[in-house]
Amino acid sequence: MTAPTANTPMVNLTIEGRPVSVPAGTSILEAAKTVGVLIPHYCYHPALPIAGVCRMCLVDVEKAPKLAPACATTVAEGQVVHVHAEKARTARKGVLEMLLINHPLDCPICDQSGECELQDYTYQEGRADSRYREPKRFNPVEDFGGDVMYVPNRCILCTRCVRFMEDVAHDTVLNVSERGDRAYIGKFEGKDLTHAWAGNVVDLCPVGALLSKDFLNKARSWELDRTASVCNGCSQGCNMIVETRDNAVVRLRPRPNAAVNEFFLCDHGRLTYRWMNRGDRLEAPTIFGTSGPRATDWDVALAAAARVLKGKRVVVLASPNLSNEALYFLSRIVKQTGGKGYYRIETGPEAPLPGVEDLALRADRAGNGRGAELLGFERSDAPLSGVSAGDAVLIADHDLSPDDAAAVARASAVVLVSTFSPEALTRADVVLPIANYVEEEGTLTNLRGRVQRFLQARAAPGMARPSWYVLADLCNALGDRQDSMTAAQAFAALAAEQPAFAGMSYDQLGLKGSMVAGATAGQTSLGAAS
Amino acid sequence: MGFPFKPHPRENTVLSKHFGQAEARTLDGWKARGGYRALEQALGMDPLAIQGVVKESGLRGRGGAGFPTGLKWSFMKLGDGKPHYLCCNADESEPGTFKDREIMRWTPHALIEGCAIAAHAIGAETAYIYIRGEFTEPLAVMEQACAEALRAGIIGKNAMGSGKRVDVWVHKGAGAYICGEETALMNSLEGKRGNPRIKPPFPAAAGLFGMPTTINNVETLAAVPPILVNGGEWYKKMSRPDNPKSTGTKLWSVCGNVARPGNYEVEMGFPFKDFLYDLCGGPPPGRKFKAVIPGGSSVPIITIEEAEAALMDYEGMVAVGTMLGSAGCIVMDDAQSIPRQVARLARFYAHESCAQCTQCREGTAWTTKILERMVAGDGTTEDFDTLMSLADDMTGKTICVLSDSCAAPVVSGLQKFRGEFEALITKKSVHTVPAIVA
Repeated sequence: MTAPTANTPMVNLTIEGRPVSVPAGTSILEAAKTVGVLIPHYCYHPALPIAGVCRMCLVDVEKAPKLAPACATTVAEGQVVHVHAEKARTARKGVLEMLLINHPLDCPICDQSGECELQDYTYQEGRADSRYREPKRFNPVEDFGGDVMYVPNRCILCTRCVRFMEDVAHDTVLNVSERGDRAYIGKFEGKDLTHAWAGNVVDLCPVGALLSKDFLNKARSWELDRTASVCNGCSQGCNMIVETRDNAVVRLRPRPNAAVNEFFLCDHGRLTYRWMNRGDRLEAPTIFGTSGPRATDWDVALAAAARVLKGKRVVVLASPNLSNEALYFLSRIVKQTGGKGYYRIETGPEAPLPGVEDLALRADRAGNGRGAELLGFERSDAPLSGVSAGDAVLIADHDLSPDDAAAVARASAVVLVSTFSPEALTRADVVLPIANYVEEEGTLTNLRGRVQRFLQARAAPGMARPSWYVLADLCNALGDRQDSMTAAQAFAALAAEQPAFAGMSYDQLGLKGSMVAGATAGQTSLGAAS
Repeated sequence: MGFPFKPHPRENTVLSKHFGQAEARTLDGWKARGGYRALEQALGMDPLAIQGVVKESGLRGRGGAGFPTGLKWSFMKLGDGKPHYLCCNADESEPGTFKDREIMRWTPHALIEGCAIAAHAIGAETAYIYIRGEFTEPLAVMEQACAEALRAGIIGKNAMGSGKRVDVWVHKGAGAYICGEETALMNSLEGKRGNPRIKPPFPAAAGLFGMPTTINNVETLAAVPPILVNGGEWYKKMSRPDNPKSTGTKLWSVCGNVARPGNYEVEMGFPFKDFLYDLCGGPPPGRKFKAVIPGGSSVPIITIEEAEAALMDYEGMVAVGTMLGSAGCIVMDDAQSIPRQVARLARFYAHESCAQCTQCREGTAWTTKILERMVAGDGTTEDFDTLMSLADDMTGKTICVLSDSCAAPVVSGLQKFRGEFEALITKKSVHTVPAIVA
């Protein structure tokens, strides 16, 4: 099936009594989604080729001799589809019973419990009991390499994982081995799930057969709080969901966005949650006087910071992971003091996901390099080399190299606005603790120029405040009046001043984001914004 | 009746005429028996004209489904600029069926000729003969015959000097029943796991390597040369007068408890009773027939009474509640336990399920476990309902018909021989198998 275009003719049909109009070539399953009817399914996934093997999506189509698999049947004019016809329900009931005959029914110790489609559909339309009286087939748990563990007894052989590795990751690692009820997901000799995107098979698995070793036995899914966010692990800006338990981030999962990451998140991104929980955080505003460091309140610390910065050329070293809002206020300080803003991006090997256009773990391992660039910051590998004795340095959540630290030592004043204290830092005059990006609201701009919102997923430690709030206050203390009381207002101020962001607002961005002026809109092609 | 026996006088040997004659395997021997005249004639004909002759003959697929061959060929859009393929399904794996094996063993050139004609008729330049992996002797014979035909220029880039290209390749399967399903066969030929594909698209639209493809059974293709030589009308006449829908001769593989098992070629509409008692020689001494699976293990079992009333063609078999299928006739006498036989058949399907569809993967294995438990004497009356309900779940709900094939003998066995199953549960009369009379 080719993707529908504007010229694709529309087909009219009826699903569960509801009139539906969809482009020709759409499957019944997708057509039903458009009118809010979820046809139960396992093997079907919109990002994977059709397999049609689970037989769970069987529906009754009037005048058809047999039940039709909704995932593999395209819509036809005048079709009348009954999802919950007696015949279809009985067939699906049979499938559910059969899927469970060799299943260990170990939901109480299964990580998938609570987010398991086998549970969901069995509660919804399965049998209350099983008629199976025979011994169950047993296969031992297997390590699939990477972050993936395979529990074959829970596997329903939907082959989503096999198809993902073959058709999306283009790295054929998995297969269906053996036949009949002895079949299991096998791993080719000498291969492991070490592909940079292999972790997605865990999300794709509709049951508890493929599990994340990292998340294993950490939390029950119903204990988790979920927050929409954007990955800060590289410049791709994959949409994701931050899952927290008791104010600790325990898992990151992809959030679908067709224009950025479809349904996927790479393994590097998934593991970035670890630093979100780091314990060595700066928690109190601190002034370094002659008698050493002294924790104080915000007003005193902000006044002290303004005092040491005032009248000096401020060189800002800003983290490319900071939000657009924070970077905006930093850029105002740079402008006001005639200083200069820099950022440095760590790099690593690029790892594309070949089956999805323009999706990769990018070489630039920071989420907002593009935003920093748009706001006038300069990328440099030796950002502080130009610092001279009379200058002030403002370090905004950026780590320091030994060279940076030497430059900082030359400066006449040092203000640290940060979540943590860089190891190489030898002196600072004022320390202002900020929230990290899962503890605050804000936006990031990805490499193609898509501005995307992230929401607050956990509470900041101690007295730490959102970065944009602290920096807006610092602007105020420096005499540059800023009235932003919320992240939305901070963004509005940014949008009003920066032409690239003109016309944008939090409401307008929604949770899918939109492109900065001048960038190619929609699904971008490589090089469009390079 | 195949080698080493002489045909029965009531047989009509069109395909099996040369069975047992070693020289018929050679090119010269085949030519001396009138071979390759049909191909020469066909290469000079318009493809549509060949399709016309085959349509007129009423030839239907001999693999099991009985789809009209000429009609199947006409689905291939000639001149669409795409490469077309012909696949010959020689993956004869249906339990009880061994007719294609004999065709390939004794008359390999008949199949090559049939393939070449069919390839020309559907606009294909390449034909693949997919042979079952266990068929080592037919494979060797076919490969030798292909090499001989290629050397003699009968096939190849200039087939019989006609300027037309017909390549025939022999491909060996690796021992999977499911690869006899046409879409699984194509997957296997492509080097993939032999899993059936979802239809549509049908092979005539997108088959082997995504190109228009026709798949025909060995016996179907071997019947094409005589049809071309003798004309469609001649073939059509070999049928019962009141049923023109089944035409020609049919090879029947007979195994099980009959005096003379083997391959028999009779005209469509032959009385089954005469066939069993006259041609096959009746039951072994001292036994009586009990049941027959007439069309390979996938069709419903019928009782001997039903069989005796049946006529041997597609419609005649449907009339008694079963199917002609591949005409692999499994005959059981009164020494056989139907529950044991049905359990054995179910085990075969459970072993051969490709594991794609849930109902087939789990259902065949579950059915087998229940039946084997019943045979072992641990059955309960609830098992009847469970088996029937499983059979319902397994029928008409999967990609291919393997699970339907597993359900068919279970349902018919339970319906027609319920007493034997009940006896296993009540243990009133535990079935013992009497010694087989040699």
